[in-house]
Amino acid sequence: MSVERETFADRYPEEAELVRRSFLVAFTALGLGALFGIIQALHRTNVLRFIPSTDYYTVLTAHGVLLVIVFTIFYLVGLYQWAVTRSLDRSPTNINFTRAWLTLMTIGSVITGLTILLGFVDQIGISADVLFTFYAPLQAHPLFYTGLVVFIIGTWLAGVDWFRTWLHWKQDNPDERIPLQTFMVLTTMIMWYVATIGVAIAVLFFLLPWSLGLIETVNPLLTRTLFWFFGHPVVYFWLLPAYMLWYTVLPKLAGGRLFSDPLARVVFVLFVLLSTPVGIHHQYVDPGIAEGFKFIAMTNTMFLLLPSLLTAFTVVASMEHGARQRGGEGLFRWLTALPWRDPAFTGMALAGLMFAAGGFSGMINAGMNINYLVHNTIWVPGHFHLTVGTAVALTMMAGTYWLWPQLTNRRLYSRPIGLLQVVMWFGGMALMSNSMHVAGLYGVPRRTAEPQYAGFDFQTAFGSIAELNVQLAVGGTLLFVSTLLFLGNLALSLGNPKVDGLGQTLPEPLSGPDDSPRVLDNMKLWAGIALVLVLLAYALPLGAIVQNGGLFGTGGDAYPVSVLGRFDPGVGLDAVRELLGVGR
Amino acid sequence: MHIHQYEKLWLGMSLLLIVGFIATITYGAVGVGVSMVDDSGGNVDPNSLDEHPEFSDPGVEQVGEDEYEAYVVARQFIFQPDPIVVPANSTVTFYVTSADVIHGFAVVGTNANTMVIPGEVAEITVEVNEAGEYGIVCHEYCGDGHHTMEGVLRVVPEGQYNSSDGGEQ
Repeated sequence: MSVERETFADRYPEEAELVRRSFLVAFTALGLGALFGIIQALHRTNVLRFIPSTDYYTVLTAHGVLLVIVFTIFYLVGLYQWAVTRSLDRSPTNINFTRAWLTLMTIGSVITGLTILLGFVDQIGISADVLFTFYAPLQAHPLFYTGLVVFIIGTWLAGVDWFRTWLHWKQDNPDERIPLQTFMVLTTMIMWYVATIGVAIAVLFFLLPWSLGLIETVNPLLTRTLFWFFGHPVVYFWLLPAYMLWYTVLPKLAGGRLFSDPLARVVFVLFVLLSTPVGIHHQYVDPGIAEGFKFIAMTNTMFLLLPSLLTAFTVVASMEHGARQRGGEGLFRWLTALPWRDPAFTGMALAGLMFAAGGFSGMINAGMNINYLVHNTIWVPGHFHLTVGTAVALTMMAGTYWLWPQLTNRRLYSRPIGLLQVVMWFGGMALMSNSMHVAGLYGVPRRTAEPQYAGFDFQTAFGSIAELNVQLAVGGTLLFVSTLLFLGNLALSLGNPKVDGLGQTLPEPLSGPDDSPRVLDNMKLWAGIALVLVLLAYALPLGAIVQNGGLFGTGGDAYPVSVLGRFDPGVGLDAVRELLGVGR
Repeated sequence: MHIHQYEKLWLGMSLLLIVGFIATITYGAVGVGVSMVDDSGGNVDPNSLDEHPEFSDPGVEQVGEDEYEAYVVARQFIFQPDPIVVPANSTVTFYVTSADVIHGFAVVGTNANTMVIPGEVAEITVEVNEAGEYGIVCHEYCGDGHHTMEGVLRVVPEGQYNSSDGGEQ
């Protein structure tokens, strides 16, 4: 029996070390991001202000990049490394390669993170107050873009690593179906390769050369469209690790097993196919893009609801199945039979519930002409604090409560504190995102340090803006405290003694992989179709943008123009000539 | 592939919901006539707006009975002209462009809302009915003075509108 209680850390000590390391980066970013979050919540609502409003945008950039890039993606690579190793029961082909990509990702994050944070120190002259979206001609220091490139190359190599491990496994097991978790990892990475084409082109061919002074101008609509080519599918890159936890871990926590393995595969394949050709829905009110292209993006977006609606079914059905295994009965009374005292379960269940709410506001955003009302209002951050800020982040925290003991062989410091933490997150987010959604409907903009304008007031249909501000500030404070509880609980866990037998197994699904058609495992086919769909959705609009505005735009200067450390190749050349003593 | 009966039902209802959403939006575009901001405004050079026939002197002009065109330039951190003055009970087409970075242009409390991208001209047509003052915000981050960037749309009663001053009252 002792073999069954063997933990991941016992069986794969080196891999467990790497998973812990990527989680460490993720949680460092989470702590910093939360700190910047509370500064914003209190500043915007005028409750407590200790930074000048001009620094607000440095805080905002750091909050966005640290949370949605560093926290989510480092958690993802840790979780996926665990999942591939566990489900194939096999080490990476070369663990030094695994170390290399994790190091590369870390270096990239540190470079970009420091470039952003140096924005607080005016004397140095390095800044990147360009927000998560870095729309040209707002310009960041070249190091900002360089860090991004290094980071993304790291993630690409992570995918290479996992594909390689799978191919070696396949040689040894030619007739077996891909294990579900590995299937999820591989499909996620195919989506990521397709999605990052856009941002790679934008940064490598336009923004980085432009920030170095090698090209004069860029076409702002072109780089913006390339950003959203990547900027929408990246939200599924955040979401899919949460889906993996919901599909493979949550049913077990609930006391049962996954409802259907084949449908889980179908859902992940749908994300590969549908998540990229929709980015233009972020540009519904952009000039320069024809209405027809916007309509196509809208229909694609609506069909992208399908995998999420299917997931809603599976997650609830698996929970109900688990509850009934535990003796739950009745039409709704089975809900009381669920393990609500387990922070891992409760966190994931509450995250799923909030994802439903976030899905509804997402459907409204996706409605092409309804979008006019909410575009760029604080409604939008209200929406994505429910999706990435709760569905993803809370699931990751809850998943950590389950996974951490198996990675460290130490018990969690306190389950009651964990339970309090996840419930507090749910409550804080309910208040904060509710007030954001409501204020957005009245036209309060997002991304501004001082939404109390001098020339006019916002009119509310009921209640008041002041009341919404209080809700936002209280909600933000609860979220910050919740993050501290999470990080504190984990840190204190490291003081617990090492024990044996913390291993956990995952049960087989009710309907196993053999029920699904083999074509689902054909990765080349899905990658090919995904690329064709992207081409259909993007070739014409990108062509039209270049034709109308030119590859490098119709002019327009970078801002801020006086970024110190701007590299002028002419000056560099002169310096070399002088050193060599060659006359001009 | 085995799909449970309930799963099939759910799948069917999901598809119905999706098709229903697309239908309502199509109806909004074709039936009600909500048109999107698109590429009809054309392109300009943001560095030479002062040589442009309209954007060099932004303002409002009458182009027909109860029909007006408003040329607006967004730049760090103002809208020109400010205020934008138009008469009540008219149709106003806004042409908005940027002289520097990406801005936003939203008339608060209405659905008049567009991005302002340098090099591109955003064209939106709105029916202006009741007299009153409406706040305009830049709702896209455009630099460290972004939060100071605001304007006013002043809708004056028809009799009080003086077309000769280009709406710059």
